[in-house]
Amino acid sequence: MRFKTYWLVIVLMGITAGCDRPAPSVAPKAPATRVVQIEPGVDAAKRAQEALILAKPGDIVEFGVGTFEFKSTLSLDVNDVTIRGKGPEATILSFKEQGQGTGGEGILVTSKEKFTLHDLAIVDAKGDGIKVNGTNRVVFRNVHVGWSNGPKETNGGYGIYPVQSKNVLIESCHVSGAADSGIYVGQSTNIVIRGNTVEENVAGIEVENSTDADVYDNTATNNSGGVLVFTLPNLPKKDGTNCRVFRNKLAGNNHPNFAPKGNIVASVPPGTGMMIMANDRVEVFENTIEGNDTTGVSVVSFLVTQRPIKDEGYNPYCAGISIHSNQFANNGAKPQGSLATILMLVMGKPFPDILYDGLTDPKLSETDRANSLSVRENGSATFANFDAASIDPKNMLTGKKPKIVRDLKGYAGEIPSLPEVKLEGLN
Amino acid sequence: MRNVVRVLALIAMGLASGCGKPAAEEKIADRRAEPPALLSSYKLFAGELRELRPASGVIPYDLNTPLFSDYTDKYRFIKLPAGTNVQFQAEDVFQFPVGTIIAKTFAYPVDARDPSLGRRLIETRLLIHESDGWVGLPYVWNDEQTEARLELAGGAVDVSWVHRDGNKRTNNYIVPNANQCKGCHKIGEMMQPIGPTARQLNRDFAYENGRDNQLKHWANEGLLANLSNAPKLAVWDEPKSGTVEERARAWLEINCAHCHRPDGPARNSGLDLRFSQNQPVALGVMKSPVAAGPGTGGRSFDIVPGKPDESILMFRIASTHPGIMMPELGKRLVHDEGVALVRSWIESMPHELK
Repeated sequence: MRFKTYWLVIVLMGITAGCDRPAPSVAPKAPATRVVQIEPGVDAAKRAQEALILAKPGDIVEFGVGTFEFKSTLSLDVNDVTIRGKGPEATILSFKEQGQGTGGEGILVTSKEKFTLHDLAIVDAKGDGIKVNGTNRVVFRNVHVGWSNGPKETNGGYGIYPVQSKNVLIESCHVSGAADSGIYVGQSTNIVIRGNTVEENVAGIEVENSTDADVYDNTATNNSGGVLVFTLPNLPKKDGTNCRVFRNKLAGNNHPNFAPKGNIVASVPPGTGMMIMANDRVEVFENTIEGNDTTGVSVVSFLVTQRPIKDEGYNPYCAGISIHSNQFANNGAKPQGSLATILMLVMGKPFPDILYDGLTDPKLSETDRANSLSVRENGSATFANFDAASIDPKNMLTGKKPKIVRDLKGYAGEIPSLPEVKLEGLN
Repeated sequence: MRNVVRVLALIAMGLASGCGKPAAEEKIADRRAEPPALLSSYKLFAGELRELRPASGVIPYDLNTPLFSDYTDKYRFIKLPAGTNVQFQAEDVFQFPVGTIIAKTFAYPVDARDPSLGRRLIETRLLIHESDGWVGLPYVWNDEQTEARLELAGGAVDVSWVHRDGNKRTNNYIVPNANQCKGCHKIGEMMQPIGPTARQLNRDFAYENGRDNQLKHWANEGLLANLSNAPKLAVWDEPKSGTVEERARAWLEINCAHCHRPDGPARNSGLDLRFSQNQPVALGVMKSPVAAGPGTGGRSFDIVPGKPDESILMFRIASTHPGIMMPELGKRLVHDEGVALVRSWIESMPHELK
């Protein structure tokens, strides 16, 4: 009986809420949008979960002003549902009290088509803040994700986490404190990440094993690494390619790396403005990259992680990386991380604005290998190819030094610009 | 109950028409018929509901290696629509006809050492094959143990029992919500049963008329067509039934592989723990974590052969932290005996796999 009552209250509230809207003068063809309102109070979490279970395509589930406490993951598996609040300062979904056995993230969305989340905050998730798995058309707008104790190893891994999705838009969001990546898009296609602020995460923004991504007008400050574009082995989607990173501010990403050991991001050196690993076709332009203590942009192969690769379909090398028209300043002053310790012996300080491991796909022709990286028109930006192939313990012992190339002459080849990402079915 | 709903629905429609929005009215009319609120409505059981005595046409069954659910005892039943059957297949879950109902009841014994002392029924989960796919519905038993009521949003029940070792144990048992049902049962785009495969059902059951192999019994009853050589899954806690590896892999299959498979909810991890998977790296051997976050426990690989204490998999199955523990859903307690079995398997793995 209690359950029935809730259901009816929800339905009734939805209908009365619908009445608040001015009736259009001409009868619309589309059915009226149903708004199910969830106000704070006893059983608000249960009412919210029931609303999401019973939601119909087109529905909006709206949280009112206040803090909502959840003891389990809030999940959605209905197409075309919007979850919204009254603004990230006013509507707070807290997962501080989440118990075991009820899900691993704050919000979990498994709808196949269209999900929108806007104007609320997610705090203290035990795992990821919000995970959206396998959805076509996903929008996050003005969403804040954070952990109230600040950056800690025990925080959740990702703040905003769409994976295996298509047509993903993340804009005007704020994430801090994630023990892996604040905004992470994995194994996805057609992605726009713009106008977000990420700070005090291990990685600010990460695009991983994804195709066709535009990352622009974001601010990444005081993460361990500002923006990462990675392709990793042993995943269903392996073709990380076509990513544009432009007009971002990547400044002072010097936070100590607090990722639990074992995670790939745990090996990102603190002080990294941007890092590109094993990805193809990345265009980095018109960014302001400054005050990152290890380097502004590093371009490396997966081989530098020194992890085994048992994946025949995986290519661990970067190719088609273009870095042009950026402003670099004050990067590399205090290099950090285990690789930096070794590199300092051979390169000295400061590290350059752009750091390249020089590893290229041996299967490519000599010309294509030479064109794996293009660096042009970055003002007085400094550069080094640190010749990772020559850095091994044997060489170190015998005194054979890697051949550090600082001259950009060999990297002046022009790589055609990538096209703008067009999101399909999102307005 | 249905009348109440109908009356209130009429009121709701009245309200809707009151604001002159026919479209909204249509939306209400469109709502799918609500499922029955009471378990008894399904008439799956004869006599007193709590006795779980199958009604005519309802078949009880067991699995060789069941999912661990916080030390509950589980009572499984299946009912196929009259006159229908299911085709035998050796590997995949049987394709049950529309109209099939699978009922699984979770209960705690009063004392696990002495079944005659009785049990506390907690919940009955129904999987119903409707024309547009399977639906999962959780029914929660009342304190009087006379009825179970639909709770789409799930819930929690405090329980205590005397464990096999004679110690009193307690649990805040979680009844999953309807979405969490999908969390495990959604394979590809559709919900599906997980347990009823040939290898899981290939075992004896003590029917009222005597002991029989379940598959043979189903075939004799006309429920299973074209029964042929069926594989048999090891019973995780019966050493005679298989090697440590076979039993550990059986345990991993039923506890993990509903998500960790190429078309399961955790497919994005690249980890595949199905019994049929034989590529070491897909099983996690020297596989780097992807999105584990704090779930790594500071360890670098899912499984390090010979080194359970360096294996992320061990860390996660032995955890009760919501952001770390595996499986994520449907359990609050660590399955100590299952964890010990997986530990033995990893200890016994040849180092050359590294």
